[in-house]
Amino acid sequence: MSRFLAMGGYAGSVWPSMALTFGIIAWNIIAARRSLRSALAEARRRARIGDDP
Amino acid sequence: MDWTWFHRFGSPPHLYRLAGTLVPWFAWPAAILIAAGLYGGLVLAPPDYQQGDGFRIIYVHAPSAWLSLMAYTMMAVTAAIGLIWRMKAAHAVAASCAPVGAWFTVAALGTGMLWGKPMWGTYWAWDPRLTAELVLLFLYLGYIGLRSAIEDPQRADRASAVLAIVGVINVPIVRYSVEWWNSIHQAPSVMKFGKPSISWPMLTPLLIMFVGFTLLFAALVLVRVRAEILRRERQARWVTEMVTQ
Amino acid sequence: MSGAWQAARLVIERDLRLAFRNRAQLLHPLLFFAIVTTLFPLALSPEPSRLRDVAPGVLWVAALLASLLAIEFLFRDDAQDGTLEQYALSGQSLTWLLFAKTLSHWLLTGLPLALMSPVAAYGLGVAVEAVPGIIASITLGTIALSLLGAVTAGLTLGIRRGGAMLSLLTLPLAVPLLIFGAQATARAIAGEPVAGPMYLLAAFVVLGLTLAPLAAAAAVRISLE
Repeated sequence: MSRFLAMGGYAGSVWPSMALTFGIIAWNIIAARRSLRSALAEARRRARIGDDP
Repeated sequence: MDWTWFHRFGSPPHLYRLAGTLVPWFAWPAAILIAAGLYGGLVLAPPDYQQGDGFRIIYVHAPSAWLSLMAYTMMAVTAAIGLIWRMKAAHAVAASCAPVGAWFTVAALGTGMLWGKPMWGTYWAWDPRLTAELVLLFLYLGYIGLRSAIEDPQRADRASAVLAIVGVINVPIVRYSVEWWNSIHQAPSVMKFGKPSISWPMLTPLLIMFVGFTLLFAALVLVRVRAEILRRERQARWVTEMVTQ
Repeated sequence: MSGAWQAARLVIERDLRLAFRNRAQLLHPLLFFAIVTTLFPLALSPEPSRLRDVAPGVLWVAALLASLLAIEFLFRDDAQDGTLEQYALSGQSLTWLLFAKTLSHWLLTGLPLALMSPVAAYGLGVAVEAVPGIIASITLGTIALSLLGAVTAGLTLGIRRGGAMLSLLTLPLAVPLLIFGAQATARAIAGEPVAGPMYLLAAFVVLGLTLAPLAAAAAVRISLE
C-alpha cells in the first residue's frame, strides 16, 4: 500500500493531479446542481408573484 | 426528410424534460467508467519504462484536455445553430458548455503543470500544448465575460454566439501557430523524457477514462441546460404550471 | 454596383474628415506607441545589442496595444449618434459599409503606426536595412488587427466600460498575429528571409477580409437591437 502511495517517487505530482481533477469534477457537480436549484427557486418565486396580481 | 424531431428538440419544455430523464443515464455510467479507468490506470497499468509512475497523470490530464476542446467546439456549433435558426434551446446548450469547458481547461493546465515538474524540472515551460491550452482558457473567459456583461439574455446569447464562432475558427490557428513558434524557440534540453510509449494495458484505462469524462461532461451540461432553460423561460406558462404543481 | 462603391467612398470620406477635425484622438495611439517603446530601454538597459534582441517583441506588443486603444473608438461615436443605425437601415449592405469603416480606421491608425515603427525600431538599435521588412509586417498585422477589432468592437458596443472587455476578447484572438508578426520582424532585423511568416500574415489578412466584415455586421446588428 505504501509503495502504491509512493508512486515510484512521483507521489508529489500524481496525487495532487488526481486531487485537482477530482476536486474540479466535484465542484462542477455541486455548481451544476446548485444552478438548477436556484433557477427552480427563482421560477417558483416568480410564479407566486404572478398568482396574485 | 422529416424535421419534426429537430423542432421538438428545440422546444424548451421538451428539452427540459428530456434532459431531466437523460441525466442519470449519463451520470451513473460516467461514475462507473471513471472509477474503473482510475483503478486500471493507477493500479493495473504497468509503470512507463521512461517516466515510471509519473506518466499516470495522463489518465486525468488527457481526458481533461480533450473535454476542454470538445466543449469549445460543441459550444460554437450549438451557438451557430442558435444563431441561424433562432433557437433558444441551442443557446441554452452553448451557455451551459462554457463554464464546464473552462473548468476542464483549468484541470488540463493544472495537471499539465504538475506533470511538467518531474518531467521538465519546472512547473511551467512554454510547451506548445500548454500554451495553446492557456489561450483557450482566455477564450473561455472572454466568452463568459461577454455573456455576463450584456444584461438582456437574448442579446447576450446572440453576441456570445458570434464570439464563439470567431473563436472556434481561431482555436486550430492558435494551436498551429503556437507549435510553429515553439519549434523555432525550443531549447533542446527542456524535454527530459520522450513521449510515453503506450501499450494496451496502459491504453485501455485511458480509453475508458475518455468515454467516462465525455459522459460526465454530457451529464453536467444537461443539468446546466435545465437551469438555463428555466432562466430563459421563466415567464412561460409551462414553467409556472410545473413549479406550482 | 456603382452605388455600393459610392457609398463606401462616402463612408471613408466622412470618417477621414471627422478624424481630421478631432486630431487629438488621431494622435493618441501613435503617442502611446512612442511612449511604450521608449519605456523599454529605460526598464531594460540602453545597451544596443540587448535592445536589438527584444526589439521585435517590443515593437509588436506596443503596436498591438496601440491598435487596441484605437479600436475602442472604431464604432463608439457612430453608435452613440445613431449613424450606425442609419447605415443598417440605408439599404446598402451593412457588411460592406462596415468594411469601408474598418478600412478608413486602418488608414487613420494602422498605417501611421506602420510608418512610425521604423523610427521606434531605430531607437531600439535596429539597422536601417530592416526597415522594409518591419513596415511590411506591421502593415499586414495592423490590417488583420483592424478587421479582428471590428468584430470585437461590434460585440462590445452596448457594454458599459467596454474597454476592458474589448481587450479580454481581442488579445487572445490576436495571438497568432503576434507570433507570426514578431517572427517576421525578428527575421527582418536579423537579415534573414522573411517570406514564410509574411505569407502567413497575408493569409490571415485574406481570412480576415473574407470573414471579419460579415461577423462585424452580425455583431453590430445584435448590439443595435
